[in-house]
Amino acid sequence: MSTRVPRATPLVRCNPVTKLAAGFILMFAVLLSVDVVSAGVLLLLELALLPLAGLPWRTVVGRTWFLPIIALTGGWSTALLAEKTGATVVDLGPVLLTADSLTAGAAIGLRTMALALPAVVLLATIDPTDLADGLIQKLRVSERFALAALAAGRLVSLWIAEWQVLRMARRARGVGGSGPLSHLGAFFPVMFALLVQAIRRGTRLAMAMEGRAFGAPGRTWARTSRFAARDLGLLAGALLMAATAVGAAIATGSWNLIV
Amino acid sequence: MRTTGRPAPAVSTSRGPAVITARGYGWRHAGRKAPALADIDLAVPAGQRVLLVGASGSGKSTLLHALTGVLPADSGHHTGELLVDGRRPDPARGRSGLVLQDPESQVILARAGDDAAFGMENLGVDPADIWPRVDAALRTVGLGPGGGTVAEARARLTRTLSGGQKQRLALAGVLAMEPGLIALDEPTANIDPASAPVLRDAALRAQAVTGATLLVVDHRVDLWCDHVDRVVVLDRSRIVADGTPDLLTDPGLRDLLRTAGVRIPGTPPPPARRPAAGGEALLTARDLAVTRPGRREPVAGGIDLTLCAGTATALVGPNGAGKSTTALTLGGLLRPAAGAVWATDALLRTHRPVPRRREPAAWRSRELVTRIGSVFQEPEHQFLTDSVASELAFGLHRARLPEARIRDRVEELLGVLRLAHLARAHPHTLSGGEKRRLSVACMLACSPPLLVLDEPTFGQDAATWEGLRLLLTAELDRGTGILLVSHDEPFIAALGAHEHPVGARTAVGAA
Repeated sequence: MSTRVPRATPLVRCNPVTKLAAGFILMFAVLLSVDVVSAGVLLLLELALLPLAGLPWRTVVGRTWFLPIIALTGGWSTALLAEKTGATVVDLGPVLLTADSLTAGAAIGLRTMALALPAVVLLATIDPTDLADGLIQKLRVSERFALAALAAGRLVSLWIAEWQVLRMARRARGVGGSGPLSHLGAFFPVMFALLVQAIRRGTRLAMAMEGRAFGAPGRTWARTSRFAARDLGLLAGALLMAATAVGAAIATGSWNLIV
Repeated sequence: MRTTGRPAPAVSTSRGPAVITARGYGWRHAGRKAPALADIDLAVPAGQRVLLVGASGSGKSTLLHALTGVLPADSGHHTGELLVDGRRPDPARGRSGLVLQDPESQVILARAGDDAAFGMENLGVDPADIWPRVDAALRTVGLGPGGGTVAEARARLTRTLSGGQKQRLALAGVLAMEPGLIALDEPTANIDPASAPVLRDAALRAQAVTGATLLVVDHRVDLWCDHVDRVVVLDRSRIVADGTPDLLTDPGLRDLLRTAGVRIPGTPPPPARRPAAGGEALLTARDLAVTRPGRREPVAGGIDLTLCAGTATALVGPNGAGKSTTALTLGGLLRPAAGAVWATDALLRTHRPVPRRREPAAWRSRELVTRIGSVFQEPEHQFLTDSVASELAFGLHRARLPEARIRDRVEELLGVLRLAHLARAHPHTLSGGEKRRLSVACMLACSPPLLVLDEPTFGQDAATWEGLRLLLTAELDRGTGILLVSHDEPFIAALGAHEHPVGARTAVGAA
């Protein structure tokens, strides 16, 4: 569940289903080719349009700080393992980097960023309830499935607190210590106890939902999931971004289709 | 109630308050020998307000679940007949609304308005009618806009609500469905007693607005008895008394009610234990600040406290003041945020080997279990084995006592707790009261000089309440020190506990 309410920019107010579609368009563009230009252009565009998400900078940093680390790690391993063609840049015995291997590494790193950034940012602007409404009303996802998943998702947020209580309860009974090894040893018993609690709570939740006529035929909707002009705008924007990135790569001759 | 596009307009066929008829009804859960309900004959006229009372495990909740149609048909076998408006109960018809005991497992959606609308959506109410009914229902249960706007009241995040507020939200969801039967299953058992009257009043308002038939299961007889038309007493699966609330004070029925575990309103409280004069000090806290697990901000601070042998101390204060967190910290389960907690020699040297450090939080768990016994609010959190007997033996094994002594101690505890016939039963299959007694006994097993109990009497029937009182009084008499977190004034008085207010430094006033 989103913890901070973002500023209501037009992008934020788009239907969650559209946001998912836009995310898939960008993802598709990134996955088509391994090259520096398409991924780089797309990443630049994404960064330039980031303010449209209406998220405070603090939230953006809090949700994405680990992306550069993953991208660098991925890029570095690719540079080390890629075919060593082109001019040698670094030669330190086992560490051999060539121009081509560095390019491949950069392409992978940029792709990782360009792929993950919109996913993380778009997800942060999606309200789970609105998403369930959209999936059911617009994409005809089973309401039983979507609503049950939505309600169950709320229980997941209780697990962290429950986990801590269970660990303390075990210590009170004389099991487990405080060292890292005992933490490891307690993982499965606590996990099992948590699972038992989760099933019991889930059963009660199901009973509460059924008690309020969940599953009766002919459900209506208090909230109507709508598409507006801005949804079309978001789709067009995503397509335009994808086309620009692919176009730039083809124009510079670095296009490298991976099918 | 308008309906749109419903294939079978079952909802609007019968309106107004529901009529309940049971003839020789019985229910046996699959895999159990004894029936949960037997020979139930009950006729509730439209609009009557009925309180169902009886010991935990007497079948009250099962009856409520059967009446609201949420007992899965394949989970047991029924006999006789149970009808609501002359038909077998089916929640999909929208004739009944059920509020359950656990506030956490009743919140369905993230925003209060959406949650209250859920039942109406399922019943196919016209969307144009839904929001006015949501607003009215939220207002009736006291979750209305207050000083703010209607939109704010609807958008309120359900995870920020207190337990009592969550229960009232569930009630609003039920009320908005305009059911003919409102069924409340121990609605106050998991919320603090100060919030209980607020919930009751909301329920009574909901009943008055709809004129619905009201069925309440609650151990807090005093809370409801002046507001209902009828009291039905269950004991071991059967109805043993049925009449106006006056039956609760009928001298001829006193023994019957006591056997059935009913808390008779107006009963003089048990003799208060005289607060013992200064036993030996066991545990001391100086300028202690405590913090919830995973948080940095202290929830309470400036706590100065000494716990002594043979003396009971009760931490009191409003919800969110940090009482439970303080108890966990004193019990050595959380590290202090600031200040110090240390054990005196009397506590430290009870057993060998003696821990190297005085702070309980630094002890090993097996050192802790023989010195401080912490009993959690939810008994199930502390059960680790698959039988009552092995549960009792568990701590003794951890403390590495000789096998013969363990066997004797388990025998003794089973007798004291009247659980001998359940020695081989799985702890999770016990009734609420039995689970509570077992969770206390598990910590008593190792005879720790100090006991810490978090709300031990929450949601317990009269028999369990009395059992806990006797058990803990006996512990005090043999010199055990007790720290209690409790809202239960009669219980605090009965143990002769010193009240220690916990500073509500960052307390949020949640009704």
